[in-house]
Amino acid sequence: MKLNDEEQDILAGKAGPVPQQALQHQIKVGDFFHAKDFVPVTQAHIMADTESLGEAGVQWLEGLAATTEGQHRVRIPTITDPRGTDFAKAEWLGQTKGMVDLEHRAIVAFEKLGVAMTNTCINYQTIQPPTRGEHTAFGDTGVVIYANSVCGARSNFEGGPSALSAGLTGRTPRYGFHLPGQRRGTLRIQVDHTPTTLNGWGGLGGVIGRLAGNYWAVPVIEGIEGAPRSDQLKHFGASMASFGSIALFHLVGLTPEATTLSDVAANDLPAHRVGKADVEALQKSYHTDDTVDVVVFSAPQLSLYELGDLASLCEGRKFSVPMLAVTSPQVKPDSDRMGYTARIEAAGGSVLSGMCFYQSYAREISEARGWKRLATNSAKLVNILGGYGYRPMLASMEACVDAAVSGKMVRT
Amino acid sequence: MSKLFKARHAMGPVVRGPALVANDGFSARYDLDRIKGIFSRPAHKLAGQSYVGKILVLDTAKGGVATAWMLHEMKSRGIVPLALVLNSVNPILAQGAALGDVAMLAGFDEDITAAVPNGAEVEVNPAEGWVKVI
Repeated sequence: MKLNDEEQDILAGKAGPVPQQALQHQIKVGDFFHAKDFVPVTQAHIMADTESLGEAGVQWLEGLAATTEGQHRVRIPTITDPRGTDFAKAEWLGQTKGMVDLEHRAIVAFEKLGVAMTNTCINYQTIQPPTRGEHTAFGDTGVVIYANSVCGARSNFEGGPSALSAGLTGRTPRYGFHLPGQRRGTLRIQVDHTPTTLNGWGGLGGVIGRLAGNYWAVPVIEGIEGAPRSDQLKHFGASMASFGSIALFHLVGLTPEATTLSDVAANDLPAHRVGKADVEALQKSYHTDDTVDVVVFSAPQLSLYELGDLASLCEGRKFSVPMLAVTSPQVKPDSDRMGYTARIEAAGGSVLSGMCFYQSYAREISEARGWKRLATNSAKLVNILGGYGYRPMLASMEACVDAAVSGKMVRT
Repeated sequence: MSKLFKARHAMGPVVRGPALVANDGFSARYDLDRIKGIFSRPAHKLAGQSYVGKILVLDTAKGGVATAWMLHEMKSRGIVPLALVLNSVNPILAQGAALGDVAMLAGFDEDITAAVPNGAEVEVNPAEGWVKVI
Protein backbone atom coordinates (compact mmCIF):
# COMPACT_ATOMS: atom_id res chain seq x y z
CA MET A 1 0.00 0.00 0.00
CA LYS A 2 1.09 3.55 -0.66
CA LEU A 3 1.57 5.35 2.67
CA ASN A 4 1.64 9.12 3.12
CA ASP A 5 4.12 10.81 5.45
CA GLU A 6 1.83 10.59 8.48
CA GLU A 7 1.18 6.89 7.87
CA GLN A 8 4.88 6.19 7.48
CA ASP A 9 5.46 7.91 10.84
CA ILE A 10 2.72 5.83 12.47
CA LEU A 11 4.21 2.64 11.01
CA ALA A 12 7.66 3.65 12.28
CA GLY A 13 6.23 3.96 15.80
CA LYS A 14 6.52 7.75 16.07
CA ALA A 15 2.94 8.00 17.37
CA GLY A 16 3.50 5.17 19.84
CA PRO A 17 3.04 1.39 19.81
CA VAL A 18 -0.78 1.37 19.86
CA PRO A 19 -1.44 3.16 16.54
CA GLN A 20 1.62 1.37 15.11
CA GLN A 21 0.07 -2.02 15.88
CA ALA A 22 -3.28 -0.82 14.53
CA LEU A 23 -1.76 0.31 11.24
CA GLN A 24 0.20 -2.93 10.87
CA HIS A 25 -3.07 -4.84 11.17
CA GLN A 26 -4.74 -2.57 8.63
CA ILE A 27 -1.89 -2.99 6.16
CA LYS A 28 -2.18 -6.79 6.38
CA VAL A 29 -5.86 -6.54 5.49
CA GLY A 30 -5.30 -3.83 2.87
CA ASP A 31 -2.55 -5.84 1.17
CA PHE A 32 -4.79 -8.91 1.12
CA PHE A 33 -7.41 -6.97 -0.85
CA HIS A 34 -4.81 -5.08 -2.94
CA ALA A 35 -5.83 -1.70 -1.50
CA LYS A 36 -3.75 1.08 -3.04
CA ASP A 37 -3.87 3.44 -0.06
CA PHE A 38 -5.84 4.51 3.01
CA VAL A 39 -8.98 6.63 3.15
CA PRO A 40 -9.73 8.89 6.17
CA VAL A 41 -12.82 7.87 8.15
CA THR A 42 -15.00 9.98 10.42
CA GLN A 43 -16.53 7.41 12.77
CA ALA A 44 -15.86 3.84 13.87
CA HIS A 45 -18.24 1.29 15.37
CA ILE A 46 -16.82 -1.78 17.12
CA MET A 47 -18.48 -5.19 17.44
CA ALA A 48 -16.93 -6.66 20.56
CA ASP A 49 -19.19 -8.90 22.61
CA THR A 50 -17.09 -11.09 24.86
CA GLU A 51 -18.55 -14.33 23.54
CA SER A 52 -16.66 -13.47 20.36
CA LEU A 53 -13.53 -12.06 22.03
CA GLY A 54 -13.17 -14.75 24.65
CA GLU A 55 -10.39 -14.54 27.21
CA ALA A 56 -7.81 -14.19 24.42
CA GLY A 57 -9.54 -11.19 22.83
CA VAL A 58 -10.04 -9.41 26.14
CA GLN A 59 -6.37 -9.94 27.01
CA TRP A 60 -5.44 -8.50 23.62
CA LEU A 61 -7.56 -5.42 24.37
CA GLU A 62 -6.11 -5.12 27.86
CA GLY A 63 -2.62 -5.21 26.38
CA LEU A 64 -3.43 -2.24 24.16
CA ALA A 65 -5.17 -0.40 27.02
CA ALA A 66 -2.22 -0.85 29.38
CA THR A 67 0.03 1.12 27.04
CA THR A 68 0.67 4.67 28.16
CA GLU A 69 3.37 5.58 25.67
CA GLY A 70 2.44 7.87 22.77
CA GLN A 71 -1.10 8.09 21.42
CA HIS A 72 -3.18 5.47 23.18
CA ARG A 73 -6.72 6.73 22.65
CA VAL A 74 -8.89 6.74 19.54
CA ARG A 75 -8.61 9.72 17.17
CA ILE A 76 -12.20 9.81 15.90
CA PRO A 77 -15.61 9.14 17.50
CA THR A 78 -15.55 5.40 18.15
CA ILE A 79 -18.56 3.61 19.58
CA THR A 80 -19.59 0.05 20.43
CA ASP A 81 -22.05 -2.57 19.27
CA PRO A 82 -24.10 -4.42 21.94
CA ARG A 83 -22.39 -6.03 24.91
CA GLY A 84 -22.75 -9.68 25.82
CA THR A 85 -25.16 -8.99 28.63
CA ASP A 86 -27.59 -6.60 30.26
CA PHE A 87 -25.86 -6.44 33.64
CA ALA A 88 -29.19 -5.93 35.44
CA LYS A 89 -30.60 -9.15 33.93
CA ALA A 90 -27.50 -11.37 33.67
CA GLU A 91 -28.49 -13.71 36.50
CA TRP A 92 -32.02 -14.10 35.15
CA LEU A 93 -30.56 -14.97 31.74
CA GLY A 94 -28.53 -17.73 33.35
CA GLN A 95 -25.21 -16.05 32.57
CA THR A 96 -22.29 -16.86 34.85
CA LYS A 97 -20.11 -14.57 36.95
CA GLY A 98 -17.24 -15.40 34.59
CA MET A 99 -19.16 -14.03 31.60
CA VAL A 100 -20.11 -10.86 33.46
CA ASP A 101 -16.56 -10.34 34.75
CA LEU A 102 -15.18 -10.71 31.22
CA GLU A 103 -17.63 -8.05 30.01
CA HIS A 104 -16.52 -5.70 32.78
CA ARG A 105 -12.86 -6.19 31.85
CA ALA A 106 -13.58 -5.47 28.17
CA ILE A 107 -15.44 -2.28 29.08
CA VAL A 108 -12.57 -1.03 31.27
CA ALA A 109 -10.11 -1.66 28.45
CA PHE A 110 -12.28 0.06 25.84
CA GLU A 111 -12.78 3.10 28.07
CA LYS A 112 -9.02 3.43 28.57
CA LEU A 113 -8.70 3.47 24.77
CA GLY A 114 -11.22 6.32 24.58
CA VAL A 115 -14.06 4.26 23.12
CA ALA A 116 -17.61 5.42 23.91
CA MET A 117 -19.67 2.49 25.20
CA THR A 118 -22.89 3.12 23.28
CA ASN A 119 -23.65 -0.64 23.07
CA THR A 120 -26.00 -0.31 20.13
CA CYS A 121 -26.46 -1.95 16.74
CA ILE A 122 -28.89 0.77 15.64
CA ASN A 123 -26.54 3.74 15.88
CA TYR A 124 -27.98 5.00 12.58
CA GLN A 125 -31.26 5.48 14.47
CA THR A 126 -29.94 6.45 17.90
CA ILE A 127 -26.49 8.08 17.74
CA GLN A 128 -25.70 9.73 14.41
CA PRO A 129 -26.59 8.45 10.95
CA PRO A 130 -23.77 8.94 8.45
CA THR A 131 -24.32 11.17 5.43
CA ARG A 132 -24.01 10.37 1.74
CA GLY A 133 -20.40 9.87 0.75
CA GLU A 134 -19.14 9.80 4.35
CA HIS A 135 -16.39 7.20 4.76
CA THR A 136 -16.78 5.23 8.01
CA ALA A 137 -15.44 2.07 9.64
CA PHE A 138 -18.57 0.37 10.92
CA GLY A 139 -18.88 -3.07 12.45
CA ASP A 140 -22.11 -5.05 12.74
CA THR A 141 -23.32 -6.08 9.31
CA GLY A 142 -26.75 -4.56 9.90
CA VAL A 143 -25.16 -1.19 10.59
CA VAL A 144 -22.96 -1.36 7.51
CA ILE A 145 -25.69 -2.34 5.07
CA TYR A 146 -28.04 0.37 6.38
CA ALA A 147 -25.30 3.03 6.33
CA ASN A 148 -24.18 2.10 2.81
CA SER A 149 -27.60 1.56 1.27
CA VAL A 150 -30.05 3.88 3.02
CA CYS A 151 -27.64 6.66 4.00
CA GLY A 152 -25.27 6.41 1.02
CA ALA A 153 -22.23 6.23 3.30
CA ARG A 154 -19.09 4.22 2.48
CA SER A 155 -18.03 1.33 4.70
CA ASN A 156 -16.86 -2.24 4.49
CA PHE A 157 -17.70 -4.78 7.17
CA GLU A 158 -15.13 -3.82 9.79
CA GLY A 159 -14.77 -6.51 12.44
CA GLY A 160 -13.86 -5.48 15.98
CA PRO A 161 -10.04 -5.44 15.61
CA SER A 162 -10.24 -3.49 12.34
CA ALA A 163 -12.85 -1.00 13.55
CA LEU A 164 -10.77 -0.32 16.66
CA SER A 165 -7.71 0.07 14.45
CA ALA A 166 -9.60 2.59 12.33
CA GLY A 167 -10.57 4.48 15.47
CA LEU A 168 -6.92 4.58 16.54
CA THR A 169 -5.50 5.63 13.16
CA GLY A 170 -8.46 7.62 11.77
CA ARG A 171 -8.33 5.75 8.45
CA THR A 172 -9.02 2.42 6.80
CA PRO A 173 -7.68 0.62 3.72
CA ARG A 174 -9.40 1.88 0.56
CA TYR A 175 -10.97 -1.21 -1.00
CA GLY A 176 -14.43 -2.70 -1.40
CA PHE A 177 -17.32 -0.30 -0.82
CA HIS A 178 -15.06 2.73 -0.40
CA LEU A 179 -14.52 2.49 -4.18
CA PRO A 180 -17.30 3.87 -6.44
CA GLY A 181 -16.88 1.03 -8.94
CA GLN A 182 -17.58 -1.59 -6.29
CA ARG A 183 -20.95 0.03 -5.54
CA ARG A 184 -22.45 -0.78 -8.95
CA GLY A 185 -25.29 -3.28 -8.95
CA THR A 186 -24.39 -6.86 -9.85
CA LEU A 187 -27.77 -8.52 -9.44
CA ARG A 188 -31.17 -7.17 -10.49
CA ILE A 189 -34.17 -8.19 -8.42
CA GLN A 190 -37.77 -7.45 -9.43
CA VAL A 191 -40.18 -7.87 -6.54
CA ASP A 192 -43.93 -8.09 -6.99
CA HIS A 193 -44.66 -7.96 -3.28
CA THR A 194 -44.03 -5.13 -0.81
CA PRO A 195 -44.13 -6.51 2.74
CA THR A 196 -46.05 -4.75 5.50
CA THR A 197 -44.67 -6.56 8.56
CA LEU A 198 -41.14 -6.45 9.93
CA ASN A 199 -40.79 -10.23 9.62
CA GLY A 200 -41.98 -9.89 6.03
CA TRP A 201 -39.29 -7.31 5.30
CA GLY A 202 -36.71 -9.51 7.01
CA GLY A 203 -37.94 -12.49 5.00
CA LEU A 204 -37.62 -10.56 1.74
CA GLY A 205 -34.11 -9.48 2.73
CA GLY A 206 -33.25 -13.11 3.50
CA VAL A 207 -34.49 -14.35 0.12
CA ILE A 208 -32.48 -11.68 -1.70
CA GLY A 209 -29.42 -12.32 0.48
CA ARG A 210 -29.48 -16.02 -0.38
CA LEU A 211 -29.83 -15.23 -4.09
CA ALA A 212 -27.00 -12.71 -4.02
CA GLY A 213 -24.76 -15.10 -2.17
CA ASN A 214 -21.58 -13.26 -1.27
CA TYR A 215 -20.13 -10.01 0.04
CA TRP A 216 -19.18 -8.56 -3.33
CA ALA A 217 -22.70 -8.85 -4.77
CA VAL A 218 -24.80 -5.66 -4.86
CA PRO A 219 -28.53 -6.31 -5.36
CA VAL A 220 -30.50 -3.64 -7.23
CA ILE A 221 -34.15 -3.99 -6.32
CA GLU A 222 -37.13 -2.75 -8.29
CA GLY A 223 -40.84 -2.89 -7.53
CA ILE A 224 -41.06 -1.74 -3.91
CA GLU A 225 -44.25 0.27 -3.48
CA GLY A 226 -44.32 3.40 -1.35
CA ALA A 227 -41.55 4.61 0.94
CA PRO A 228 -40.40 2.01 3.47
CA ARG A 229 -39.89 3.11 7.07
CA SER A 230 -36.54 3.02 8.81
CA ASP A 231 -37.50 -0.02 10.94
CA GLN A 232 -38.62 -1.91 7.84
CA LEU A 233 -35.32 -1.25 6.05
CA LYS A 234 -33.49 -2.07 9.27
CA HIS A 235 -34.92 -5.62 9.25
CA PHE A 236 -34.62 -5.88 5.46
CA GLY A 237 -30.93 -4.97 5.44
CA ALA A 238 -29.93 -6.84 8.59
CA SER A 239 -31.47 -10.03 7.23
CA MET A 240 -29.95 -9.60 3.76
CA ALA A 241 -26.54 -9.07 5.38
CA SER A 242 -27.03 -12.10 7.57
CA PHE A 243 -28.25 -14.53 4.90
CA GLY A 244 -25.92 -13.35 2.16
CA SER A 245 -23.10 -11.39 3.81
CA ILE A 246 -24.34 -8.45 1.71
CA ALA A 247 -23.09 -4.93 2.56
CA LEU A 248 -24.94 -2.77 0.01
CA PHE A 249 -28.23 -2.81 -1.87
CA HIS A 250 -29.99 -0.24 -3.98
CA LEU A 251 -33.76 0.32 -4.10
CA VAL A 252 -34.46 1.99 -7.41
CA GLY A 253 -36.21 5.30 -6.90
CA LEU A 254 -35.74 5.16 -3.12
CA THR A 255 -32.16 4.90 -1.92
CA PRO A 256 -29.81 7.81 -2.57
CA GLU A 257 -27.52 6.38 -5.25
CA ALA A 258 -30.28 4.82 -7.38
CA THR A 259 -32.68 7.46 -8.59
CA THR A 260 -32.97 5.30 -11.72
CA LEU A 261 -31.70 1.82 -12.56
CA SER A 262 -29.09 3.22 -14.94
CA ASP A 263 -27.50 5.18 -12.08
CA VAL A 264 -26.23 1.94 -10.55
CA ALA A 265 -26.48 -0.82 -13.17
CA ALA A 266 -26.71 -1.59 -16.85
CA ASN A 267 -30.30 -1.52 -18.06
CA ASP A 268 -29.91 -4.99 -19.56
CA LEU A 269 -28.72 -6.61 -16.31
CA PRO A 270 -30.69 -9.89 -16.15
CA ALA A 271 -33.46 -9.83 -13.56
CA HIS A 272 -34.55 -12.36 -10.95
CA ARG A 273 -38.17 -12.29 -9.80
CA VAL A 274 -38.98 -12.53 -6.10
CA GLY A 275 -42.55 -12.79 -4.88
CA LYS A 276 -44.69 -13.30 -1.81
CA ALA A 277 -44.44 -17.09 -2.15
CA ASP A 278 -40.64 -16.93 -1.83
CA VAL A 279 -40.90 -14.93 1.39
CA GLU A 280 -43.57 -17.24 2.81
CA ALA A 281 -41.51 -20.31 1.89
CA LEU A 282 -38.53 -18.93 3.82
CA GLN A 283 -40.70 -18.24 6.85
CA LYS A 284 -42.37 -21.68 6.72
CA SER A 285 -39.00 -23.42 6.47
CA TYR A 286 -38.34 -22.33 10.05
CA HIS A 287 -41.72 -23.40 11.39
CA THR A 288 -40.73 -26.83 12.61
CA ASP A 289 -42.62 -26.98 15.90
CA ASP A 290 -45.89 -25.82 17.44
CA THR A 291 -44.63 -25.24 20.97
CA VAL A 292 -42.62 -22.21 22.08
CA ASP A 293 -40.20 -22.03 25.02
CA VAL A 294 -39.34 -18.33 24.68
CA VAL A 295 -40.21 -15.31 22.55
CA VAL A 296 -37.43 -12.87 21.63
CA PHE A 297 -37.58 -9.49 19.92
CA SER A 298 -34.00 -8.54 19.05
CA ALA A 299 -31.48 -8.45 16.18
CA PRO A 300 -31.50 -5.57 15.51
CA GLN A 301 -32.28 -3.83 18.81
CA LEU A 302 -35.79 -2.39 18.89
CA SER A 303 -36.51 1.25 18.12
CA LEU A 304 -38.84 3.31 20.29
CA TYR A 305 -41.58 2.79 17.70
CA GLU A 306 -41.20 -0.99 17.80
CA LEU A 307 -41.36 -0.93 21.60
CA GLY A 308 -44.48 1.25 21.40
CA ASP A 309 -46.13 -1.25 19.05
CA LEU A 310 -45.11 -4.12 21.30
CA ALA A 311 -46.45 -2.36 24.40
CA SER A 312 -49.83 -1.94 22.70
CA LEU A 313 -49.95 -5.64 21.82
CA CYS A 314 -49.13 -6.55 25.43
CA GLU A 315 -52.13 -4.65 26.77
CA GLY A 316 -54.35 -6.97 28.84
CA ARG A 317 -52.23 -10.08 28.06
CA LYS A 318 -50.56 -12.55 30.44
CA PHE A 319 -47.58 -14.48 29.15
CA SER A 320 -47.08 -18.16 29.91
CA VAL A 321 -43.54 -18.26 28.50
CA PRO A 322 -40.75 -15.67 28.84
CA MET A 323 -40.82 -12.80 26.36
CA LEU A 324 -37.69 -10.67 25.88
CA ALA A 325 -37.56 -7.33 24.07
CA VAL A 326 -34.03 -6.06 23.57
CA THR A 327 -33.21 -2.42 22.88
CA SER A 328 -30.36 0.04 23.05
CA PRO A 329 -29.27 2.06 26.09
CA GLN A 330 -30.36 5.19 24.20
CA VAL A 331 -33.93 3.96 23.62
CA LYS A 332 -34.50 2.23 26.97
CA PRO A 333 -34.87 5.42 29.07
CA ASP A 334 -37.46 6.75 26.61
CA SER A 335 -39.28 3.42 26.71
CA ASP A 336 -39.33 3.70 30.50
CA ARG A 337 -40.52 7.34 30.37
CA MET A 338 -43.28 6.61 27.85
CA GLY A 339 -44.54 3.73 29.97
CA TYR A 340 -43.80 1.13 27.27
CA THR A 341 -41.47 -0.87 29.53
CA ALA A 342 -44.07 -1.01 32.32
CA ARG A 343 -46.80 -2.16 29.92
CA ILE A 344 -44.59 -4.92 28.49
CA GLU A 345 -43.52 -6.03 31.97
CA ALA A 346 -47.12 -6.00 33.22
CA ALA A 347 -47.85 -8.78 30.73
CA GLY A 348 -44.84 -10.74 32.00
CA GLY A 349 -42.29 -9.59 29.43
CA SER A 350 -38.79 -8.24 30.02
CA VAL A 351 -37.15 -5.26 28.37
CA LEU A 352 -33.36 -5.64 28.16
CA SER A 353 -30.87 -3.00 27.16
CA GLY A 354 -27.38 -2.75 25.68
CA MET A 355 -27.15 -6.36 24.50
CA CYS A 356 -28.44 -8.38 21.56
CA PHE A 357 -29.73 -11.90 22.05
CA TYR A 358 -27.43 -13.79 19.72
CA GLN A 359 -24.36 -11.87 20.95
CA SER A 360 -25.00 -12.81 24.57
CA TYR A 361 -23.84 -16.40 24.98
CA ALA A 362 -27.02 -17.71 23.33
CA ARG A 363 -25.89 -21.35 23.60
CA GLU A 364 -25.24 -21.08 27.35
CA ILE A 365 -28.53 -19.21 27.89
CA SER A 366 -30.33 -22.03 26.09
CA GLU A 367 -28.71 -24.63 28.32
CA ALA A 368 -29.24 -22.65 31.54
CA ARG A 369 -32.87 -21.71 30.87
CA GLY A 370 -33.99 -24.71 28.82
CA TRP A 371 -34.91 -22.51 25.86
CA LYS A 372 -34.80 -24.33 22.52
CA ARG A 373 -37.97 -23.46 20.61
CA LEU A 374 -37.72 -19.72 20.08
CA ALA A 375 -40.23 -17.45 18.34
CA THR A 376 -39.17 -14.10 16.91
CA ASN A 377 -40.07 -11.59 14.23
CA SER A 378 -36.39 -11.23 13.28
CA ALA A 379 -35.31 -13.11 10.15
CA LYS A 380 -31.70 -12.35 11.07
CA LEU A 381 -32.13 -14.04 14.42
CA VAL A 382 -33.63 -17.25 13.00
CA ASN A 383 -30.77 -17.44 10.51
CA ILE A 384 -28.17 -17.25 13.27
CA LEU A 385 -29.65 -19.32 16.08
CA GLY A 386 -29.75 -22.71 14.35
CA GLY A 387 -26.00 -23.01 14.87
CA TYR A 388 -26.50 -22.32 18.58
CA GLY A 389 -28.79 -25.33 18.99
CA TYR A 390 -32.14 -23.48 18.89
CA ARG A 391 -35.19 -24.31 16.81
CA PRO A 392 -36.10 -20.76 15.82
CA MET A 393 -39.47 -19.80 14.33
CA LEU A 394 -40.18 -16.65 12.32
CA ALA A 395 -43.55 -14.92 12.67
CA SER A 396 -45.13 -11.48 12.97
CA MET A 397 -44.86 -9.44 16.15
CA GLU A 398 -48.58 -10.11 16.74
CA ALA A 399 -48.19 -13.89 16.32
CA CYS A 400 -45.14 -13.90 18.58
CA VAL A 401 -47.06 -12.06 21.33
CA ASP A 402 -49.90 -14.59 20.96
CA ALA A 403 -47.31 -17.37 21.28
CA ALA A 404 -45.97 -15.80 24.48
CA VAL A 405 -49.51 -16.02 25.89
CA SER A 406 -50.38 -19.55 24.76
CA GLY A 407 -46.96 -21.15 24.48
CA LYS A 408 -48.05 -22.29 21.00
CA MET A 409 -47.16 -21.02 17.55
CA VAL A 410 -50.05 -21.18 15.13
CA ARG A 411 -48.94 -22.46 11.73
CA THR A 412 -49.76 -20.15 8.85
CA MET B 1 1.81 -35.74 -9.41
CA SER B 2 0.69 -32.81 -7.29
CA LYS B 3 -1.75 -30.17 -8.53
CA LEU B 4 -1.24 -26.50 -7.72
CA PHE B 5 -3.88 -23.75 -7.67
CA LYS B 6 -2.98 -20.05 -7.60
CA ALA B 7 -4.92 -17.56 -5.43
CA ARG B 8 -5.28 -13.82 -5.97
CA HIS B 9 -5.50 -13.07 -2.23
CA ALA B 10 -3.28 -14.63 0.42
CA MET B 11 -1.93 -14.17 3.94
CA GLY B 12 -0.51 -16.09 6.86
CA PRO B 13 1.95 -18.94 7.48
CA VAL B 14 2.76 -21.95 5.31
CA VAL B 15 0.82 -25.01 6.51
CA ARG B 16 0.18 -28.60 5.42
CA GLY B 17 -2.65 -30.91 6.43
CA PRO B 18 -5.85 -32.73 5.45
CA ALA B 19 -8.48 -30.86 3.43
CA LEU B 20 -12.09 -30.69 4.59
CA VAL B 21 -14.04 -29.66 1.51
CA ALA B 22 -17.64 -28.58 0.86
CA ASN B 23 -19.44 -26.28 -1.52
CA ASP B 24 -20.89 -24.25 1.35
CA GLY B 25 -20.19 -21.04 3.25
CA PHE B 26 -18.27 -20.22 6.42
CA SER B 27 -19.01 -18.15 9.48
CA ALA B 28 -17.51 -18.95 12.87
CA ARG B 29 -20.58 -17.67 14.70
CA TYR B 30 -23.27 -19.16 12.48
CA ASP B 31 -21.76 -22.51 11.62
CA LEU B 32 -19.52 -23.74 14.44
CA ASP B 33 -19.67 -25.16 17.92
CA ARG B 34 -16.39 -23.57 18.89
CA ILE B 35 -16.17 -25.50 22.17
CA LYS B 36 -16.50 -28.94 20.58
CA GLY B 37 -14.64 -27.89 17.42
CA ILE B 38 -17.33 -29.10 15.01
CA PHE B 39 -19.66 -27.62 12.41
CA SER B 40 -22.95 -27.29 14.30
CA ARG B 41 -25.38 -25.54 11.95
CA PRO B 42 -27.74 -28.39 10.97
CA ALA B 43 -28.08 -27.22 7.36
CA HIS B 44 -24.32 -26.94 6.78
CA LYS B 45 -22.86 -29.61 4.50
CA LEU B 46 -20.15 -30.33 7.08
CA ALA B 47 -22.56 -30.53 10.06
CA GLY B 48 -21.14 -32.74 12.80
CA GLN B 49 -17.61 -32.85 11.35
CA SER B 50 -14.52 -31.61 13.20
CA TYR B 51 -12.69 -28.65 11.70
CA VAL B 52 -9.75 -28.77 14.11
CA GLY B 53 -6.40 -29.01 12.33
CA LYS B 54 -8.10 -29.18 8.94
CA ILE B 55 -7.52 -27.05 5.88
CA LEU B 56 -11.06 -25.90 5.18
CA VAL B 57 -11.88 -25.56 1.49
CA LEU B 58 -15.21 -23.78 1.13
CA ASP B 59 -17.10 -21.47 -1.19
CA THR B 60 -17.48 -18.10 0.48
CA ALA B 61 -17.76 -16.13 3.72
CA LYS B 62 -21.20 -15.90 5.28
CA GLY B 63 -22.79 -14.06 8.13
CA GLY B 64 -21.63 -11.36 10.44
CA VAL B 65 -18.56 -9.75 11.89
CA ALA B 66 -17.81 -12.06 14.83
CA THR B 67 -15.33 -14.21 12.92
CA ALA B 68 -12.94 -11.25 13.04
CA TRP B 69 -12.48 -11.99 16.76
CA MET B 70 -13.30 -15.68 16.84
CA LEU B 71 -10.39 -17.06 14.78
CA HIS B 72 -8.02 -15.41 17.29
CA GLU B 73 -9.97 -16.85 20.22
CA MET B 74 -10.17 -20.32 18.64
CA LYS B 75 -6.43 -20.29 17.95
CA SER B 76 -5.68 -19.40 21.59
CA ARG B 77 -7.37 -22.69 22.58
CA GLY B 78 -5.99 -24.75 19.72
CA ILE B 79 -9.52 -25.46 18.42
CA VAL B 80 -8.97 -23.84 15.04
CA PRO B 81 -8.73 -24.77 11.37
CA LEU B 82 -5.18 -24.97 10.03
CA ALA B 83 -6.09 -22.77 7.06
CA LEU B 84 -9.06 -21.33 5.19
CA VAL B 85 -9.15 -21.70 1.41
CA LEU B 86 -12.21 -20.15 -0.23
CA ASN B 87 -13.48 -19.09 -3.62
CA SER B 88 -14.18 -15.66 -2.14
CA VAL B 89 -13.97 -14.07 1.30
CA ASN B 90 -15.40 -10.96 2.90
CA PRO B 91 -13.33 -8.44 4.87
CA ILE B 92 -14.29 -10.09 8.15
CA LEU B 93 -12.55 -13.38 7.36
CA ALA B 94 -9.46 -11.50 6.22
CA GLN B 95 -9.46 -9.35 9.35
CA GLY B 96 -9.89 -12.44 11.52
CA ALA B 97 -7.08 -14.28 9.77
CA ALA B 98 -4.84 -11.22 10.18
CA LEU B 99 -5.49 -11.02 13.94
CA GLY B 100 -5.30 -14.77 14.48
CA ASP B 101 -2.37 -15.38 12.11
CA VAL B 102 -4.36 -18.08 10.32
CA ALA B 103 -3.36 -18.98 6.75
CA MET B 104 -5.93 -17.87 4.17
CA LEU B 105 -6.24 -18.01 0.39
CA ALA B 106 -9.07 -16.69 -1.78
CA GLY B 107 -9.82 -16.00 -5.43
CA PHE B 108 -9.10 -18.85 -7.84
CA ASP B 109 -9.64 -19.31 -11.58
CA GLU B 110 -11.62 -22.49 -10.87
CA ASP B 111 -14.15 -23.54 -8.22
CA ILE B 112 -11.67 -24.56 -5.56
CA THR B 113 -14.26 -26.71 -3.76
CA ALA B 114 -14.51 -28.87 -6.90
CA ALA B 115 -10.78 -28.87 -7.55
CA VAL B 116 -9.55 -30.12 -4.17
CA PRO B 117 -10.71 -33.64 -3.16
CA ASN B 118 -12.15 -33.98 0.33
CA GLY B 119 -9.62 -35.61 2.64
CA ALA B 120 -6.63 -34.92 0.37
CA GLU B 121 -3.33 -33.87 1.90
CA VAL B 122 -2.72 -30.27 0.85
CA GLU B 123 -0.10 -27.59 1.36
CA VAL B 124 -0.99 -23.90 1.60
CA ASN B 125 1.72 -21.36 0.79
CA PRO B 126 0.40 -17.79 1.22
CA ALA B 127 3.78 -16.17 0.52
CA GLU B 128 3.71 -17.66 -2.98
CA GLY B 129 -0.09 -17.56 -3.19
CA TRP B 130 -0.97 -21.19 -3.86
CA VAL B 131 -2.55 -24.34 -2.53
CA LYS B 132 -1.17 -27.68 -3.67
CA VAL B 133 -2.82 -31.10 -3.57
CA ILE B 134 0.00 -33.45 -2.62
